[in-house]
Amino acid sequence: MLLQQLVNGLTLGAVYTLVALSFSLVMGILSVLNIAIGELFMLGGFIGFAVIASNLPLPVALVFAMAGAAIASFIIQKVAYEPLRDAPLITPMLSTLGFSIILQNIVTNVWGSDPLQLPAELFDADFTVGPVRIGVMQVVVVGVTVVLVGAVAYLVQRTSAGRALRAIAENRDVARMLGVSVSRTTFLAFAISGLLAGAAGVLISLHYAAITPYIGVDIGLKAIAVMVIGGTTRVWGALLAGPLIGVAEVMTIAYGGSQIRDFIVYGLMILILLLRPQGLLGGARSDVGQRV
Amino acid sequence: MTVLSLSNVSKSFGGIRALSDVSLSVPEGRIVGVIGPNGAGKTTLFNVITGAYRAASGEVVLGGETITQWPSWRIMRSGVARTFQNIRLFASMTVWEHLLVAQPRQNALWRNALPVSWADAEARTRAEDALTFFGLEQYRDVIARTLPYGIQRKVEMARALTAKPKLLLLDEPVAGMNAEEAADLRTLFRRLNERGLSILLIEHDMPFVMTLCHQLYVLDFGALIAEGTPDEVRTNPLVLDAYLGTEAA
Repeated sequence: MLLQQLVNGLTLGAVYTLVALSFSLVMGILSVLNIAIGELFMLGGFIGFAVIASNLPLPVALVFAMAGAAIASFIIQKVAYEPLRDAPLITPMLSTLGFSIILQNIVTNVWGSDPLQLPAELFDADFTVGPVRIGVMQVVVVGVTVVLVGAVAYLVQRTSAGRALRAIAENRDVARMLGVSVSRTTFLAFAISGLLAGAAGVLISLHYAAITPYIGVDIGLKAIAVMVIGGTTRVWGALLAGPLIGVAEVMTIAYGGSQIRDFIVYGLMILILLLRPQGLLGGARSDVGQRV
Repeated sequence: MTVLSLSNVSKSFGGIRALSDVSLSVPEGRIVGVIGPNGAGKTTLFNVITGAYRAASGEVVLGGETITQWPSWRIMRSGVARTFQNIRLFASMTVWEHLLVAQPRQNALWRNALPVSWADAEARTRAEDALTFFGLEQYRDVIARTLPYGIQRKVEMARALTAKPKLLLLDEPVAGMNAEEAADLRTLFRRLNERGLSILLIEHDMPFVMTLCHQLYVLDFGALIAEGTPDEVRTNPLVLDAYLGTEAA
């Protein structure tokens, strides 16, 4: 039972990790919380749902959802962020909040506000390993997450695009002085952020076998919590905090009841922040933002 | 042929004139030094040249083009590279990564998503050259910020060199270094200069500047008070009074 819950928790945690990474990429580059990421995630879920409902295979659903969310992310960058580049940080954050409400409205108008159910026979096969029953769906969710996280890790750590991202995240002014193009790198951050959120949306609709237009608010807030717990200055904090929160949530539902779920999750966030304000993996940020 | 010239450049910060009517030029293939007491406006001068600050008036010309209003990245992409007075290395990067981050980017977007060893042999060669030139081979895969101070300075210089500059700006390159390290750097700068690189440097270390530079400018309270060869500057009474005099006292 405990092991079973652990597996379920890790599946949910995988989705949190992806969405938290999506927040973290934009946050790292621009210090702006793009609130609309929760809705990009929801949009990805609906696009994926529509593709699966028309009997196309899952990889096609993933590709469409990722592309759709990345395009929406690009529009957000151009409309909600770019014109407000020199405004105080709270301003672009509010404009992304506006965007998230608009996106939610669009989806409600297109697909309605009732939850949509995935066909029951989809991925309902499972197999047992010792005492634990693992659904094919869970393997798909975790597998896709591992592949995407690996791809992002590779891009950030090994390529020149990734070096530009890290340079700007650490010290924008110095990066500029070294000839790193901020506009190009910002575009990249928004694009990857959208791709991740879109994929995570498909995965969550597989996990719950259902999707509603309001899922972005719920999961989006939890992903922000995951990012904060992991440490906003270190992108990889989400890899630790995502599974942690996923498992905590599933365990709470199993042993305490779903009515105290959010109490535990956000209580844990506050507790960790009280003990370690920089997050689990966050380091000192003494010299970031230093001027030349 | 002039690589860089400033004419009547001024810059103020809230009523304080950091630079007033500064005109200077760096001829191709020369090492030019700017000296002056602390707060004379030397670093402000670099920040105006590199586009970190905008000149309030005057003109900055690089290789025949007026760059006064250009954004930093464009200036740096047009053949200028710099080091910083306080070392500015990235906490997450190894020495090797520092030698790749400032290199001109590939235009084809997909090439930026491949490891440099496959996508950009030229960048790799440039990074290796810079690594060897500054004798940093043994530190290749070490996080640069964990290295001794003198080595970090060299990493910064090597990083600047990988940007393929025509003009190298050095902000107090031997600050905090001992005589031996400074002599080592002097040799390296001369070799760079012999390869055709023009250098503009700010420095406090008088013997270093006097023995390295072909030409000197002296700044005091934001204004140029003297210029000439090291020998001319050394004997200029204004300079003795403003800088060398106070230094000796």
